[in-house]
Amino acid sequence: MTPAKRTSYEGVVLAVPVTVPYQRFSIESAQWWLGRALRALAQSAGISHRQFDGFALASFTTAPDTAIGLTQHFGLSPRWLDHVPMGGVSGIISLRRAARAVQAGDASIVACVAGDTNHVDTFRRTLANFSRFAQDAVYPHGAGGANASFALIARNYMNRFGARREDFGKLCVTQRANALRNPNALMKKPLTLDQYMAARPVADPIHLFDCVMPCAGAEAFLVMREETAKSLGLSFARVLSTIERHHAFAEDDVQYRGGWAYDIGELYAMAGIQAGDVDLVQTYDDYPVISMMQFEDLGFCGKGEGPDFVRGHSFEIDGSFPHNTSGGQLSVGQAGAAGGHLGIVECMRQVMGIAGPTQVGRARIGLASGFGMINYDRGLSSGAVILAGESR
Amino acid sequence: MTRPIAPSKRKDPLARTPRPLLPPSARSRTAHGLTLAAAEGRFALQRCEECHTFLYPPRDACPHCLSHDLPFTDAPVGGTLVAGTTIRVTNDTYFRERMPWRQGIVAADCGPSIIASLHGGCVEGSSVKLSLQLDKAGQPVAFATPLEETSNMRDDPQLRELTADPKHRRILITDGRNPVAPALAKALLRAEATHVFVGVAEAWKPFAGEADLRAIEGVEIVPLDLTDEQSVADLAADIGAKVDILVNTADHTRPVHIFDKGAARRLTETLDATLAGAMRLAQAFGPVMLARGADGTNSAVAWVNLLSVYALAAQPAFGTMSVSHAACLSLSHWLRTELRPGGVRLMNVFTGPLDTEWYQTVPPPKVAPGQLAEAVVDGLRRGLEEIYVGDAARDICARLAANPKALEREGGL
Repeated sequence: MTPAKRTSYEGVVLAVPVTVPYQRFSIESAQWWLGRALRALAQSAGISHRQFDGFALASFTTAPDTAIGLTQHFGLSPRWLDHVPMGGVSGIISLRRAARAVQAGDASIVACVAGDTNHVDTFRRTLANFSRFAQDAVYPHGAGGANASFALIARNYMNRFGARREDFGKLCVTQRANALRNPNALMKKPLTLDQYMAARPVADPIHLFDCVMPCAGAEAFLVMREETAKSLGLSFARVLSTIERHHAFAEDDVQYRGGWAYDIGELYAMAGIQAGDVDLVQTYDDYPVISMMQFEDLGFCGKGEGPDFVRGHSFEIDGSFPHNTSGGQLSVGQAGAAGGHLGIVECMRQVMGIAGPTQVGRARIGLASGFGMINYDRGLSSGAVILAGESR
Repeated sequence: MTRPIAPSKRKDPLARTPRPLLPPSARSRTAHGLTLAAAEGRFALQRCEECHTFLYPPRDACPHCLSHDLPFTDAPVGGTLVAGTTIRVTNDTYFRERMPWRQGIVAADCGPSIIASLHGGCVEGSSVKLSLQLDKAGQPVAFATPLEETSNMRDDPQLRELTADPKHRRILITDGRNPVAPALAKALLRAEATHVFVGVAEAWKPFAGEADLRAIEGVEIVPLDLTDEQSVADLAADIGAKVDILVNTADHTRPVHIFDKGAARRLTETLDATLAGAMRLAQAFGPVMLARGADGTNSAVAWVNLLSVYALAAQPAFGTMSVSHAACLSLSHWLRTELRPGGVRLMNVFTGPLDTEWYQTVPPPKVAPGQLAEAVVDGLRRGLEEIYVGDAARDICARLAANPKALEREGGL
């Protein structure tokens, strides 16, 4: 059985990148954050939110509500509704589903909204109730949460491919430099490699600056057809191609590659480009080892060459490989499921030429990826999107 | 090499006793297949009946063939530690007091990748031995130990959380008149228990093992009459806060026929000595043990009930004993739940007929007191909940699982 050839995303565009500035802790609910994102979408698009006839939600903290309840909460009456509880890959998934919905005419304008609150005890509760496999077989072993899971993945990657902490540190230090140009980033102080190396250990080899900071915030964008955007007078980014994959490479004892490696050929073939044509990359950076893994699996270097790739490139906004130009989750903060949308929203701004202080000089084609859901011992989901500016 | 743990210093009477906390205890219903194995000290994983693949974590469908027939099956214990980490930061209150905690991914020889807590001696890339342990919440966790025995291995702080090792702990044996008491006291002291209190009612009445008991260094005879609420309360007031492991040896084995005149009275007497005795002990010693579940090296850690295997299946020749032990077993399950918030384990020890005077008429195989004592120590060191001592006990247990009606009809010993 050969898979059917996928139709292109011709004519599908993303518009109105929205970020609701993050806060370390919030006394507000997830609904409050999502509502603000929705309002920003409507205001920037110059239409009423009631004209969004599609709504895709990603959040960990709306319980007991799902997307359905939120339609009443927000006064929406969509004819297409989705709830994407997929954390770090939720942005790519929402985008993919919304793209097909607008292509098929099931919806005209889909609001993809992601956000979470962060009360004082939210993060602990999320960790303790993350998945059945985690409850049964991971969390009772020291309750290290994602830090412990990624520590094992990082340790194995270091043993296998010779990555050093300094290599991870280079990515973290660079992202902090990028974040200093992003007024919305929670991290405001420069980070040196010495500080990175001297940070307190969290779960060896993960140290403090390898970890994202949980926070409250929201990210959002609209998906529509090109003619809709033009009729509303909105600038936009084109969707050249996307991939998603879940639970790939189950045979690996410890995860050293993600599902991208499975689908990467299709990603570039559909976009009609090569990896070398990509001007900037927003990886899913919950930990730097995962960014390094993405450089390999997204085709920028071979498997195991990640450490050398990092040593050979500069990752600043004006570097040889502009990467996580907003500062990424490591320096902006991880607002729950919004973390899976941060890279897409920044990538949109870049190819639309509206990134302001973080704008990359030459930003015609951008790639954003998602990764998520440590159900047991590995991140199960991977996705990626290639976006281009209007002129392409 | 594990650093030997030091015995506890004398307790500072002004210091606050830390409140016991429990590790995260949410489990799926299916995961309790692991609980069953861990309670008995077996390493069992689900194995698909159709494609014979071993699976972990517990599932309700086989990821290879989608069969739902996934019985927990004893599995090979070997594996290789692929990657390990030392967790130093957590939001969980229980683990926060026990940092750092080592955890790793073990590629099990039988197939699955198993995230396990690690003994300090485990090295990345080396072979390890897997086990299932019950944690302080009574829930199952996978644990990996090095293949080779090393010195003081049982003193590993993570392993000690998952066991009830008698080392540096103080014991109360509740009925010194039970013929197994001297053997138990000796075995526990050999296992480096610091002190063994042995309760004796009406000490002026001599009994068979008395001289033997009194001769053991580390044993202290204390007055304890399980049929007298005041006596139990008095002893608890005196030594309750020094009892880390309580071994209830109360027994009252008398041959009574159900149609005998006065049989009901005999039953009541038996129940008073055993069932009500256990209740009195629970009331007097339970609360203080519960409160001392996290009280340092010699925290309260286990309650042991010696039961006849005929608690599980009535033995007509010893009917009152069967009834009383069955009732004690029910009380045991009750008490286990009540002790759980303190992280105190309850171990039921099911024995076949003992090689003692009351079983004079019963043919072998019988359980020697020394054999029982060693089994108790082994069970504590492994943190078990249910142990079966002797061939007769294991036979009853297996027959009960195979066909309880056959066991009932065959009766007899």
